[in-house]
Amino acid sequence: MAHLQPDSPYAAERYADTAKTVEFSPEAKAKFDALLERYPTKEAALLPSLHLAQEEFGWVSPEVMMYLSGLLEIEPAKVFGVVTFYNMYNQKPVGKHHVQVCTNLSCMIRNAYDIYDRCLEKLGLHPGETTKDGRITVTEVECLGSCGTAPVVQINNDYHENASVESIDKLLDTLK
Amino acid sequence: MEPIKVLTKNVGKPNSASIDTYIAGGGYESLKKALKSTPDELVQLVKDSEMRGRGGAGFPTGMKWSFLPKDSPKPRYLLCNADESEPGTFKDRVIIEHDPHLLIEGMIISAFAIKSCPMSYIYIRGEFYHGAMVLNGALEEARAKGFLGKNILGSGFDLDITVHRGAGAYICGEEMGLIESIEGHRGQPRVKPPFPAVVGVFGSPTIVNNVETLSCVPLIVEHGAEWFKSFGQPKNTGPKLYCVSGHVKKPGVYEFPMGVNLKELLYEHCGGITDDLPLKAVIPGGGSAPMLLPSEIDIAMNFDALMKAGTMFGSAGIIVMNSSTCIVDATWRMAKFFAHESCGQCTPCREGTNWMETILDRIERGGGRPQDADLLFDMTDNIGGKSLCALGDAACGPVASAVKKFRDEFIYHIDHKSCLPGTKRYRRLDMAVGAH
Repeated sequence: MAHLQPDSPYAAERYADTAKTVEFSPEAKAKFDALLERYPTKEAALLPSLHLAQEEFGWVSPEVMMYLSGLLEIEPAKVFGVVTFYNMYNQKPVGKHHVQVCTNLSCMIRNAYDIYDRCLEKLGLHPGETTKDGRITVTEVECLGSCGTAPVVQINNDYHENASVESIDKLLDTLK
Repeated sequence: MEPIKVLTKNVGKPNSASIDTYIAGGGYESLKKALKSTPDELVQLVKDSEMRGRGGAGFPTGMKWSFLPKDSPKPRYLLCNADESEPGTFKDRVIIEHDPHLLIEGMIISAFAIKSCPMSYIYIRGEFYHGAMVLNGALEEARAKGFLGKNILGSGFDLDITVHRGAGAYICGEEMGLIESIEGHRGQPRVKPPFPAVVGVFGSPTIVNNVETLSCVPLIVEHGAEWFKSFGQPKNTGPKLYCVSGHVKKPGVYEFPMGVNLKELLYEHCGGITDDLPLKAVIPGGGSAPMLLPSEIDIAMNFDALMKAGTMFGSAGIIVMNSSTCIVDATWRMAKFFAHESCGQCTPCREGTNWMETILDRIERGGGRPQDADLLFDMTDNIGGKSLCALGDAACGPVASAVKKFRDEFIYHIDHKSCLPGTKRYRRLDMAVGAH
């Protein structure tokens, strides 16, 4: 199936490599077990488990999906369906710093697109791409719920509020 | 009208998120009082307060609670909707990050009032990582003090709360989408009826309430229904958080009694319009609310007045645009949001939102066709009311109102293949925006 685009659900990259297996570290496994205690069904722990897996492995690879499917006793297709529905699960590796620029209306009219364009131009990236050294990924995101301090840029879990082209420009230089 | 500090009374205090600060300000006294009364009395109290849900729909909270079936053998669930994804809305985040115990106390009282099972969930949007950490810390403190867990304060009532993080989907703020998401599924809303009060999460009767709604409950218990009704107008009662963003000099969260005048809010409290330019349009109730013209903003910000004006109060997310804004570009941005966030379940919404975005984009790029303004207006009629949940209707709000109220600007844009003089677009058309 080499002729298919990588983002097609049928592309080879979408299938788990059976030779590769992943496993939670003992600490993550303990967190996972604690999660199961909080819900009446195993399936309900899927979203938090995916967050946990993303923290542990950096992204949600097909192997991770297979692993969670086994742990939670749900079909791999269901896990795939959930991963592809939600924005925050990275279906391909992202940079160490994931720069997410909100461009929704309140941010846009406070010049968020200038920030977004500056990030892409400075790093020579297309939307969603990662720098060659694996340092930074830049994506455009929808409303981050911080409109009063627009424009806002989220880098990994942190919000940078009242951002400007200059402040983000400087910030990008400090991201090692 | 002067701003008040009722819901936000702890915001700004040093260490406002800690349980010690909260207790020093009289916190958890309402819980002690509530546990001494009966659940039915509490439901009646909230009914008497005439509080309407703060999430957007404005449904009376007490009435919602009373819809739970009396004879169901299944456990009951209380879910807190902290998904806060409506563009222009950022009020719940203030409570979550600065006064989490107000929400937690509200949840414990509400869970007791609806006779909830021993587990309750806060569904918080995934991007609010910091907020989720604050809540988890606050929950630990509450457990340590015996406000959560088994036999709370000797009342025989058990409750624990779990913070459940979403993962970036606007639709999970819709109560049926939220329920699906907690169960570990794609957040695609279910058909109603049955309503969540009858069949909700895990097949059980469920109440879903917004953060601000639940945070009002301890105040009602403490001061009584009459006190709550002393804020605002009949059927539009209580203190309310207003989020103001966009082209104002002092954006932010403001607390007023329900029904503050929109013009007064923008010009007296928010410092007026950025660059002292004339006002062009205001979205009064979050991204899905139809726009208001400057001539229409002398209006009380409450559910009934805004509905009468043909728009909606929604989540009180006020987005202000000054005269430099290209309205086609602004409308395109809202349409793009809904196209991205449509869950894909219902054809009119999935296809329609994408087409609206495409048509608005082509007008912005100078490729608009003479019939496009009418076409857009016609499309809103074919999407609205034809999908399972309100997202389809929401997507039509800004588009239909913009085309109707700024028709001349749309026509100018189509004829001249450029923005109206004096307005600008905020994106560069040569950048590959939209690919995420």
